[in-house]
Amino acid sequence: MDAILLQILNGLDKGSAYALIALGLTLIFGTLGVVNFAHGAIFMIGAFCAVTLSRLLSLSFETIDPTKTDFLGNPATIKTPYVEAWFGPEFGSAMIDWAVPLAILFSIPVMIAVGFIMERGLIKHFYKRPHADQILVTFGLAIVLQEVIKYFYGANPISTPAPEVFKGSFDFGVMFGFDPNAIIYPYWRMVYFLFAAVVIGAVFSFLRFTTFGMVVRAGMADRETVGLLGIDIDRRFTIMFGLAAAVAGMAGVMYAPILSPNYHMGMDFLVLSFVVVVVGGMGSLPGAVAAGFLLGILESFASMNEVKSILPGIDQIVIYVVAIIILLTRPRGLMGKRGVMEE
Amino acid sequence: MSNSLLTRRGLLKTSAVAGAGLALPTIFTSGARAFTNDPTGGTVTLGFNVPQSGAYADEGADELRAYELAVEHLNGGGDGGMLNTFSSKALEGNGILGKKVEYVTGDTQTKSDAARASAKSMIEKDGAVMITGGSSSGVAIAVQGLCQEAGVIFMAGLTHSNDTTGKDKKANGFRHFFNAYMSAAALAPVLKNLYGTDRTAYHLTADYSWGWTQEESIAAATEAMGWKTAEKVRTPLGAGDFSSYIAPVLNSGADVLVLNHYGGDMVNSLTNAVQFGLRDKQVNGKNFEIVVPLYSRLMARGAGKNVAGIHGSTNWHWSLQDDASKAFVKSFGTKYGFPPSQAAHTVYCQTLLYADAVARGGSFNPCSVAEALEGFEFDGLGNGKTLYRADDHQCFKDVLVVRGKENPTSEFDLLEVVEVTPAAQVTYDADHPMFAGGALGACNPGA
Repeated sequence: MDAILLQILNGLDKGSAYALIALGLTLIFGTLGVVNFAHGAIFMIGAFCAVTLSRLLSLSFETIDPTKTDFLGNPATIKTPYVEAWFGPEFGSAMIDWAVPLAILFSIPVMIAVGFIMERGLIKHFYKRPHADQILVTFGLAIVLQEVIKYFYGANPISTPAPEVFKGSFDFGVMFGFDPNAIIYPYWRMVYFLFAAVVIGAVFSFLRFTTFGMVVRAGMADRETVGLLGIDIDRRFTIMFGLAAAVAGMAGVMYAPILSPNYHMGMDFLVLSFVVVVVGGMGSLPGAVAAGFLLGILESFASMNEVKSILPGIDQIVIYVVAIIILLTRPRGLMGKRGVMEE
Repeated sequence: MSNSLLTRRGLLKTSAVAGAGLALPTIFTSGARAFTNDPTGGTVTLGFNVPQSGAYADEGADELRAYELAVEHLNGGGDGGMLNTFSSKALEGNGILGKKVEYVTGDTQTKSDAARASAKSMIEKDGAVMITGGSSSGVAIAVQGLCQEAGVIFMAGLTHSNDTTGKDKKANGFRHFFNAYMSAAALAPVLKNLYGTDRTAYHLTADYSWGWTQEESIAAATEAMGWKTAEKVRTPLGAGDFSSYIAPVLNSGADVLVLNHYGGDMVNSLTNAVQFGLRDKQVNGKNFEIVVPLYSRLMARGAGKNVAGIHGSTNWHWSLQDDASKAFVKSFGTKYGFPPSQAAHTVYCQTLLYADAVARGGSFNPCSVAEALEGFEFDGLGNGKTLYRADDHQCFKDVLVVRGKENPTSEFDLLEVVEVTPAAQVTYDADHPMFAGGALGACNPGA
């Protein structure tokens, strides 16, 4: 029982990341009709926003300390971050410690700009082209972005820790009467889950309760009619692309302490996120979120030793097995609507 | 119908004669050549096959820096580095056997097929007489097999699986780097001193050749000193988030977590383990501990503060204070501005060892090189007295047990050497069961 609860908890943060990425993918697909294979790269760029801000805050000036030597025996250079010199050592080091949450603010404008440039500069020209062309061009774009990041940041993962206060884990088991250490859950993953819930809630509220959201939803249902009503739907859709990029970017920023960012992390998430979108139902936002959590939790279950001893290797294929079963029984996915990608 | 005089039969005859004529020079030259890519001019070409893209590109870049440094030193440039400390004095700084050393590079991409293709191209197109490099056991084993068939020497780079000089050993292949068995043999006594004999270990293992041999080696060594093994869990390579594998560890009764992971997997699993607060927990009345059998400084950087206090082993570390290590760190550090990694060290040594074997044997013939390397004892390359064992082409030397530093003073100062385990303690019989199954075979000069 405790093992099952533990894996449900575990699946939540992974599921949160899948849900956030799949949400953005579905938004783009629903509004612009584009299958965006560069969406994983946007998640990755988000994570590198955290790395960048952490490096910017750690920018240091050097002073020579003649009492110490470096690895070559020369007088050692001591690095002092500018923020510590400007704001005092305590506040300065706190800023560096809180680089990841601060990077949320930093990432929003950056990601909207990245999304805007991608949409206006490249993807716009592929709206009327077949899906295969869109997949090729966005996949190519993803590889380019990946290589750019590798050029500047190297190939190895870069440690981007969460603030000190979130270090360690919370013992849920004791709360529910289990043995100590039976159900532990790291603080930062709780933060991630709550953050994902807030972002998902905000996106749904935005689409549900604002006029802008209403127009976008109308455009998703029938783009032509909305256009005939004199509404500039293209401009709104561009904004939606920026919004989707910001969601994936923020998901990446907050994920940086969980998984040290490397240039390849976007690709790792992309394939799974597409499975999530398909399982959830193409174009269905609630479907994407539900499937994200469902697959995240199933993936966690499949890596339990008890399950692996019965079905060796199941942890690596469970998502695809579930996808096949769901698509066989419900060809449009969990919450897919008739007519989407069926013309 | 055309009026051409060319008939089908005539065309076939002409082509056959022309073909034979064109082939004639190659037949003569290959008859004259005793071995593949015999360097005939004033230069000799070495092939550096390293990951320039993919997950181990940073290791590859560091290997390439070390190769360039080695070539510079062999050709008499720079300060000579470890040529000055190397116990063999056959190299004079005038290239190899008077031939200027040149090199070509290939990108292994850390994929066996890509690595084989780039090695093949360097041998066939660029005339490389020796192939070296790599940062993965899968790649090393694949390229070693290719070099054996092609008749060139393979000087392995960073490869730690027992199989490279175990069941997949080849007469043309040589490994300077240590292996999983040696890591376990060096670590076990240190772990015993630190954590006692009454411990239960939980293994997370990368699910491929290296991971399996690492798990087998460390589990055997720790069980021999009284530890129990709670569970051995295989994790997919590149799993990313290891939380679902880490979460059950605390409740399994284990009080030590052994991470048989390398590269990005090591960074992620260690980061996850520390996030779960494993190191702050008490299990069975003891502090919970984590062990990473194979450490690398480049990887430790990715894991950041999480490595503090965690033990593992490494082939070499730049903070060693022997003359050879100091000389190498000085030339590398002066040229590039930071200290070399263990990957850089091992490939630098391999290049010098190859050149020296050619010089001592007086020929680039792979069989002459192999003969010179087999049973060769040397010193002055940073690992103390070392033997290239003839039976399996594995180097036997001291192994370093290291610990992640609690308070690093710089981004390079991440590990501290806890113990230098003497070579005798990590030496095993050539027919040890963990290395059984393959045969060295005979050297192949190719051509």
